Amino acid sequence: MSRSASSSAQKLSPSLTFPVAGLIVGLLILLICLIFSVSFGAADIPLHQILTAFIQFDGSYEHLVIQTIRLPRSLLAILVGAAISTAGAIMQGVTRNPLADPGILGVNAGAAFAVVMSIFLFGTSAPNVYIWYAFLGAGVTVISVYTFASLGRSGITPLNLTIAGAAISSLLASLTTGILIVSQRTLEEIRFWLAGSLANIDKGIIFQVLPYICIGLILAFGLARQITILSLGEDIAKGLGQQTLVIKIAAACCVLLLEGSAVAAAGSIGFLGLVIPHIVKFFVGVDYRWILPYSAIFGGILLLVADILARLLIRPQEIPVGIMTALVGAPFFVYLAKYQVKK
Amino acid sequence: MKNHSLIYRSAKLGLSIRLQNQVPKILFVLTIITLAAMVVNTCVGEYPTPPLIVIQTVLGIDTGNADYAFVINNLRLPRIITACLVGIALAISGTIMQSLTRNSLADPGIIGINAGASLAAVSVIVLFPNFPPGVLPLSAFLGALVTTLLIYFLAWDRGLHPVRLILIGVGISAVAGAFTSLMITFGQIYDVSQALVWLAGSVYGRTWEQIFAFVPWLVIFVPLALIKASELNTLNLGDDIAKGLGSKVELQRSFLLLISAALSGAAVATAGTIGFVGLIAPHIARQLVGGNHQGLIPVAGMTGAAIVVLSDFVGRIIFAPIEIPCGVVTAVIGAPYFVYLLIKNRQ
Repeated sequence: MSRSASSSAQKLSPSLTFPVAGLIVGLLILLICLIFSVSFGAADIPLHQILTAFIQFDGSYEHLVIQTIRLPRSLLAILVGAAISTAGAIMQGVTRNPLADPGILGVNAGAAFAVVMSIFLFGTSAPNVYIWYAFLGAGVTVISVYTFASLGRSGITPLNLTIAGAAISSLLASLTTGILIVSQRTLEEIRFWLAGSLANIDKGIIFQVLPYICIGLILAFGLARQITILSLGEDIAKGLGQQTLVIKIAAACCVLLLEGSAVAAAGSIGFLGLVIPHIVKFFVGVDYRWILPYSAIFGGILLLVADILARLLIRPQEIPVGIMTALVGAPFFVYLAKYQVKK
Repeated sequence: MKNHSLIYRSAKLGLSIRLQNQVPKILFVLTIITLAAMVVNTCVGEYPTPPLIVIQTVLGIDTGNADYAFVINNLRLPRIITACLVGIALAISGTIMQSLTRNSLADPGIIGINAGASLAAVSVIVLFPNFPPGVLPLSAFLGALVTTLLIYFLAWDRGLHPVRLILIGVGISAVAGAFTSLMITFGQIYDVSQALVWLAGSVYGRTWEQIFAFVPWLVIFVPLALIKASELNTLNLGDDIAKGLGSKVELQRSFLLLISAALSGAAVATAGTIGFVGLIAPHIARQLVGGNHQGLIPVAGMTGAAIVVLSDFVGRIIFAPIEIPCGVVTAVIGAPYFVYLLIKNRQ
């Protein structure tokens, strides 16, 4: 046991420098994007002001904007982006399905439906309550879509999974629309959130979702090795002595924590979980111990950039960031469907 | 084989139709069910009308009560006829789609055609609130057509592979959905409410003009679907055999895709996105008359009509006086049916 572990460590060590360096570069890019994100907006704030807002807070307008609006929003973008991308990577690894993405598989629709229900039935209006309904909705949908897909002929193929996700999405979207028709109050309350947006967020929401996303990420990184084994195929994983069911359940919990928090905070942001893991795999290969942290960092970067663009493109209006990610992600999805899915 | 089919061949028309024996019988029963549902649906409402009066009014017999005539002719009849016609169109479109993709779980809703039509129509409602009534169906239809062409070209790679068609359809559908959300986010709240009713799929408040705009599509494309039914039978044998039988596979597939898109596009244009009808109706029809498309297409059409009329009826009465759009009802029925199909396919 110890001998095999040390030999694998030896095998890894020469190739270790590149991924570690990549992670550091990624973090640097993330930091630069964060600074730009705080600086750009309805009123551009010069870069030197950003630093002084924290070390020499003087209560000026710029400093207030930075502390209460810009920074919370940017940090939330990073958190949500990291959560969605990691969830997407886990889904793709566990199901061995290159098209797996929380949006495509109906998880967003499930969370959205639960939140809309809660507003309609109980008049919920605080995001810290949304989050529980979003978890519930996302959870029930993840479980149903996977169960239904596994009922199909030849089990969980990309096709079965995609179709089951599309069908469940379409049901939930119908029900959501039905509720919004009956209750205009709910519609007023929810429509901006539904499209996926980081605008007008409450500073407190970060602290609401932070613990869940952190637990989700840590659990994900802890599972990375097992997910790599599972991604080789269920038979191989079992042959290597893995309790595949336990790992799958743990992975599902991870996806739930991450995606539930992300949807609760920012609404339905699609395609991010699809695109990032593929880009990351291109650089770091098939080992999920690298894929997952890379996905988290680059997911954060991409959503942050998308959010900056969403704010800048039609100033002073804003495009919901979910639209931006769909614009980037859709061509990629088509490419994957065309060339990567053989069966 | 000899006693099990009705055969009609005409050399002059270049037509050959072979139907299973039971098709006319089943069609007849389905038509009676649909008509009965239509009559009941016409009777019930805030202003109830007796069934006999309904039948008399429809047949043009004067019942001596102008109120009844007004309610029936102007308010309820257009709605119920729309439901029936939309059901026919969606079901036939779904039958063709399932055959083309050789996937019994496909329907125009899942493929993304409806999402394209919805996006176009919602954009019109939100961006041009004062649009003339004729624009909505036209834009929805154009939306369906553009989406179909887009999916078609994106999925084309030395042939139209059925799995690629489905997956790319789902992707396009997600994008169209994102843009529909965009419209809903930025529109005036009143327009958005209108758009949502339409998005949920409803036959509420339809008028005769809308029916007259819809009928030509049916008149052109339903017969075309029936004529091309034998082509579908051939394609279902698999590409190689179909080619061996002399079928121009890609050409026929493109043509059938166009028929399917035209029918579902026109249906969405008239009544919004009523989902799952194109999924359920072909299955019920297949259980009734088997897989020969010449019998399957008309039976599926009538089944679809019955489903939409009944869904509309349920949506009207279940939480009266609040109306549930019939698209929500079909979705609630359709999703469990979908699961049932998945399980059944496995065995």
